[in-house]
Amino acid sequence: MRALAWFRCLIAKFFHRSDVADDMEAELRAHILLRADDLERSGLDRAEAERRARIEFGGYERYRQESHEALGGNFSETLLQDVRFSLRMLRKSPGFTLVAVFTLALAIGANAVVFSIMNALILRPLRVPHAESLYAVERGQDQAINHSFPDYLDLRDRNRSFEDLVAYNVTGAALDTGNNPTSAWLLEATGNYFDALGVRPYLGRFFHRSDEHGPNSAPYIVLRYAYWHSHFHDDAGVVGRVVQLNKHPFTVLGAAPPDFQGTLLFLAPDFWVPIVNQEQVEGVDVLNERGNRGILMVMGHLKTGVTQAQAVADLNSIGTYLEKAYPKDDSHMTFSLTSPGLAGDWLGGPMREFLTGLMLLAGLILLAACANLGSLFAARAADRSREIALRLALGSSRRRILRQVFTEAVLISLVGGAVGLAGSVALLRGLSAWRPFSTVAPNMTVPVNPDSNVYLVALLLAVASGFLFGAVPVRQVLHTNPYEVVKSGLSRRTGRRITVRDLLLVAQISICAVLVTSSMVAVRGLIRSLHSNFGFEPRNAMLVGASLSTAAYTGDSLPAMQKRLIDTVRNVPGVKAVGSVDRPPLYFGANAAIVFTDKTTDLRPSNAAAEAMVYNVSPGYFEAAHTALLSGRDFTWHDDENAPRVAVVNREFASRIFGSTTNAVGGYYKRPDGRRIQVVGVGEDGKYGSVTEGPQPAMFLPTMQSPHVRGTHMTDSTLVVRTDRNPQQMTAAIKSALSELDPGMPVTIQMWDKQLNDSALFASRMATLALGVLGLMGAVLSITGIFGMAAYSVSKRLRELGIRVALGAQRSEVLQAALGRPFKLLAFGSAAGLILGLLATRVLAYIVYGATPRDPLVLTGVVVAMALLGLVATWIPAQRALSVDPLILLREE
Amino acid sequence: MAEQAQLLPGTLDLLILKAVSLGPLHGYGVLLRIGQISDSALLIEQGALYPALFRLVRQGLLKASWGTSDNNRRAKFYELTAAGRKRLRDETEGWNRLATAIASALAAQPEEV
Repeated sequence: MRALAWFRCLIAKFFHRSDVADDMEAELRAHILLRADDLERSGLDRAEAERRARIEFGGYERYRQESHEALGGNFSETLLQDVRFSLRMLRKSPGFTLVAVFTLALAIGANAVVFSIMNALILRPLRVPHAESLYAVERGQDQAINHSFPDYLDLRDRNRSFEDLVAYNVTGAALDTGNNPTSAWLLEATGNYFDALGVRPYLGRFFHRSDEHGPNSAPYIVLRYAYWHSHFHDDAGVVGRVVQLNKHPFTVLGAAPPDFQGTLLFLAPDFWVPIVNQEQVEGVDVLNERGNRGILMVMGHLKTGVTQAQAVADLNSIGTYLEKAYPKDDSHMTFSLTSPGLAGDWLGGPMREFLTGLMLLAGLILLAACANLGSLFAARAADRSREIALRLALGSSRRRILRQVFTEAVLISLVGGAVGLAGSVALLRGLSAWRPFSTVAPNMTVPVNPDSNVYLVALLLAVASGFLFGAVPVRQVLHTNPYEVVKSGLSRRTGRRITVRDLLLVAQISICAVLVTSSMVAVRGLIRSLHSNFGFEPRNAMLVGASLSTAAYTGDSLPAMQKRLIDTVRNVPGVKAVGSVDRPPLYFGANAAIVFTDKTTDLRPSNAAAEAMVYNVSPGYFEAAHTALLSGRDFTWHDDENAPRVAVVNREFASRIFGSTTNAVGGYYKRPDGRRIQVVGVGEDGKYGSVTEGPQPAMFLPTMQSPHVRGTHMTDSTLVVRTDRNPQQMTAAIKSALSELDPGMPVTIQMWDKQLNDSALFASRMATLALGVLGLMGAVLSITGIFGMAAYSVSKRLRELGIRVALGAQRSEVLQAALGRPFKLLAFGSAAGLILGLLATRVLAYIVYGATPRDPLVLTGVVVAMALLGLVATWIPAQRALSVDPLILLREE
Repeated sequence: MAEQAQLLPGTLDLLILKAVSLGPLHGYGVLLRIGQISDSALLIEQGALYPALFRLVRQGLLKASWGTSDNNRRAKFYELTAAGRKRLRDETEGWNRLATAIASALAAQPEEV
């Protein structure tokens, strides 16, 4: 209530001069009247007496202000006065106000957007109680987030630093609530998951550690609130209901509270299932395999009083023990802690780097905007020097005038900030509702709704930039000499060749050129990465995902079923080649395994010859994927469990293990289980984990020869289908052929190039988009900057131009006189920006594949772009300069 | 007009307190009174009085109320508060000590050193 009253008082003060001020002025006037009375009595006439009284009183305005301050604590009062005055001044020059507000809205909006993304993904912790003490455990030098389940159990039971450690894993499955199998994303979690995180159920109950009694002992489901809402219509009676998960009965236990979205920021699972039921969910149980590091992520709350360093030391001592106890499976068992939520540093690291870079660029935008507004303000102050001189002459202090100038600047920046923030909030709402991976993972989100942090930062930025550009005309105001200005009109300072405004414009243009350069480098890099050689040809190929496990094909029926699947698709008219692969390359990382040379006998991980990408493929895959075989042969269906183990390796693998391609074919290497494998073919190199990686060794194994992991890779396998026909027709044809095979089997079909855009190329596409937007903003800012400068210089020199025209100057000469300087500054700033930009793009090369600044096309592009921007920005001022009519001008003055 | 002296900083407040201590006055009256009791020897710009007056009111040394002047104009009258009276006493003593000290310092002759 008090705040309300204060606010009302403020509003009242804003619209009415306060009583105190009225009172004070009445008193000052009374003084003058009393003095005039005395003077009148001494013989002067009334008018003369009043005039004399006013003169004797001294600087009325100055004493009024000083009295005002003496009346005490009138900061807000003065502020309101300044605000009122500023608003009046701004209303008088709507063009200036509009340009200034727009510029700032752009700059602050950009900063708000980038900061909210950073805030949401990096600064803000997971939404669980005491998130500040929650850490994810990473392993080894390269900070892997994946652990094996037996290792996890040792870490959980042997550590003395964590309250508890939980493990979880993301996977997909088909949920059937009655004749409607739909695929869903879920987290397989250890029994202590909810209890250790401190999350309370919204409905029903959660599963606990006491529910775990060995494999498949806990067929329970906990629903995410939103999934319960959309698929079970908020039905509280769902508790206890039995649903089919991959055709196994699971009981719904309850629902999580609405704000608990799981423990990965970018993927909200549809439900949680105890990890002990992995065999039912994934078709395979790897919980006893110490060497099998899937994507099991481990995290927990540190005990109070335990530091990160102590916890790491504790984990490392367990790691040393594990290395000794299990030399075959465990090596490099050192640990580190990181914040959970972004799958550790796997996503978090590059994300942090990229967002920091983006934040820097956004900061540059704001700096450019401030330079822009600074020069506008300086120009405005020069135009207002008469007014300022007049106020000084009337006794106003310079401090007071500066205060008013700053009020005006901050006012503009606040309005600009508010507009920018509103725009960015709208944009972020859209971004949060966006499902960037709709084709591959519909649950992936970008949860970036702004919060109070964002508003605070926007406010701070607005105020800071207001002061920054408000400070530009300070010197001008301090050096205004009222007598000179009032006497001789505008003081034209000649002689000084380079003004502050020129420097600001050059700074601004070079910043903008940096942005334009980096966005062009990024766009070129993206185009190049879209056309680079991946080691396969994504165009004119389709990926057909037939989920065998969700259709309950398990064990020995799998290989036969897979062969039938491939044969069925091959017989669809229009299909030129088809083959299966357990996980297409460049699809959210790759599986890797260590290999040994044939001569190695001690097969401990530290003796490994290389770590190679592993792909389990069917015969025909290379033809379907257009992966060229350099020598040797493709697999046949006879390369099965009864035949000798064989592999096709890539050129990098061949040269690392065998020295050359020719040596490789027919040669042997070993896998960690001691099995010798003969190389029967060598294929071309490709991209496997990411488009920016260097050459990686890779081995392709025949799908029929991997019984060890047969369950997983066969159930998840994807068919690569090569065709040159219309994709829509083909999709329909393949779908109907497969539903003839098994109507209950969920089938997804997508174009391979489309899928790549959504996965492997997503990061560089986003980076390019972001940089493109920033580059566009840079371009807009340089246009407004040059336009402001050119328009101002033309308007200042209209008279001179008129005289030139009257004396017979040619159009080109007039243009040269009017716009020569802005163009010179533009050229200078662009050159500086280009050089800086080229230096900066070295950083870009980490994110955008193939981003190289040494690219003649980019260099020309930047030069042409800046020249075009200059032309656009000076077009209107040039027209104005050319249309000068000397007669009218000379008459006016 | 007699030769006038610039006021030392801070002395205006003291003069105002003294003037008002002789009876309630409006602003213009304070000026006249100071002129009268100082034989017009002090130069005070008229407007400069008011910031000082308001400062004293804010410090609680003076209190003000609207009234009517001798020639029937509305004017604000000032009088001393108890705090103002005490301040005047203290400042007067301080001033006298200072003045005596400076006067004796300036009167020093070479042989006395």
